[in-house]
Amino acid sequence: MSEITPGLWEILLDGVWITLQLTFLSAALAAAVAFVTGLARLNRLRIVRFAAGVYFEVFRGTSALILMFWLFFVLPLGLGWQLEPMWAAVLALGLSYGAYGSEVVRGAVAAVPRGQHEAGVALNLPPGQRLWRIVLPQAWPEMIPPFNNLLIELLKGTALVSVMGVSDLAFGAALVRNATGQSAPVYTVILLVYFVIAFAMTRGMRVLERRARAGAGEGPPRRAALSPRRLFAPRRRAAAAAAASSGGERR
Amino acid sequence: MNWDWSAVDAFLPRLADGLLVTAQALALSALLAFGLGLVWAVAQRSGPALVRGPVAVFTEFIRNTPLLVQLFFLYYVLPEWGLTLSAMVTGVVGLGLHYSTYTAEVYRAGIEGVPRGQWEAATALSLSRGRTWGVVILPQAIRRVAPALGNYVIAMLKDTPMLFVVGVMEMLGEARQFSSETFLTVEAVTVVGIAFILLSCPASFLMRTLERRLAR
Repeated sequence: MSEITPGLWEILLDGVWITLQLTFLSAALAAAVAFVTGLARLNRLRIVRFAAGVYFEVFRGTSALILMFWLFFVLPLGLGWQLEPMWAAVLALGLSYGAYGSEVVRGAVAAVPRGQHEAGVALNLPPGQRLWRIVLPQAWPEMIPPFNNLLIELLKGTALVSVMGVSDLAFGAALVRNATGQSAPVYTVILLVYFVIAFAMTRGMRVLERRARAGAGEGPPRRAALSPRRLFAPRRRAAAAAAASSGGERR
Repeated sequence: MNWDWSAVDAFLPRLADGLLVTAQALALSALLAFGLGLVWAVAQRSGPALVRGPVAVFTEFIRNTPLLVQLFFLYYVLPEWGLTLSAMVTGVVGLGLHYSTYTAEVYRAGIEGVPRGQWEAATALSLSRGRTWGVVILPQAIRRVAPALGNYVIAMLKDTPMLFVVGVMEMLGEARQFSSETFLTVEAVTVVGIAFILLSCPASFLMRTLERRLAR
């Protein structure tokens, strides 16, 4: 029985860093997968929709932990080459949470009124610009709250990599537990750390949502969206002003 | 990739054992999640302020921290406090408690969806608080959110492999043991993965159909 020494705190701190890295890298991969798969599920071609649907069902249907096991233990035996543990973890988390995210993208894009797509066609915009200039700016604010939920799930999912021996926060906790012989202090501390990270992420996503809504001309500052100043002012400034003014109005 | 069908044959009986344990763990923790979630939801809606605050903080905390770490907490810390639970009970409590914070949100949405007039009618009939909840509000609220609750059962199914870390011999635990005895990791882990897809795809399809039918 002993205290958590500075050296042990350092292990936990390194763990926090690995957990954050894992979260951001897999979130980036998941976002890319989500957009590609989500848009593919709305593609005109049936075969593209079908392929994306199969991907979605398979990766959503299986458990992230089993996928991780598969990438860690089966892939090296089957193919004869092994991924760096960190990258295998990012791949497993990114692919499975990307599948969940694709449903968010699909839903938000499908919810953009048809007239908006048609307006894009009428203005003779190429498909890429239609998507980038018209559809996504309107769908994006709708995606952020569910993406936030997924990001928190992803953060929680990163703890699974400790089972595979990646030295994240949960892995550090196991080391500290062995060193001190006490479980309650270290597990309480790391639960609090996870909670604080999740809380900070939620705050950040809320700011992002306000900006996105203001950028798409939605949300509280309705008048500002129509005023000439909004049309000419740089987008960032309008978004910042909207975020500041909307603080009291949003419940 | 050298795939050995005889390994699959050898593993299938073990998989069946694991499936039974998975089903038990899932059923018990789903019951716990449904029950506790209802307690949280009702406490946050009509409990005294002294209860509401702590319940809100507690559920928020559980929901935002990893289930895996919570399982370790239950597994290592409770015995230090003099409470030793079996692997299965630890797993069921961990999984059930974690998901009760999700079902609480579902119930809350359902309760908020019950029209105000129903509350007023219950008051007008001078029903007691217990009867207002029990025969007026909850039956309407729960019917509305049944598919959402079902979706969380599927999510719980996909989190049951985590229970192997506290020693529950569910499907992944069986696969681990099998592969450490025979070194046939490829077949065992792949079969478990496929088993999960075969279980959860029809289940989620069922839930979507149910949702569509209830939405109509």
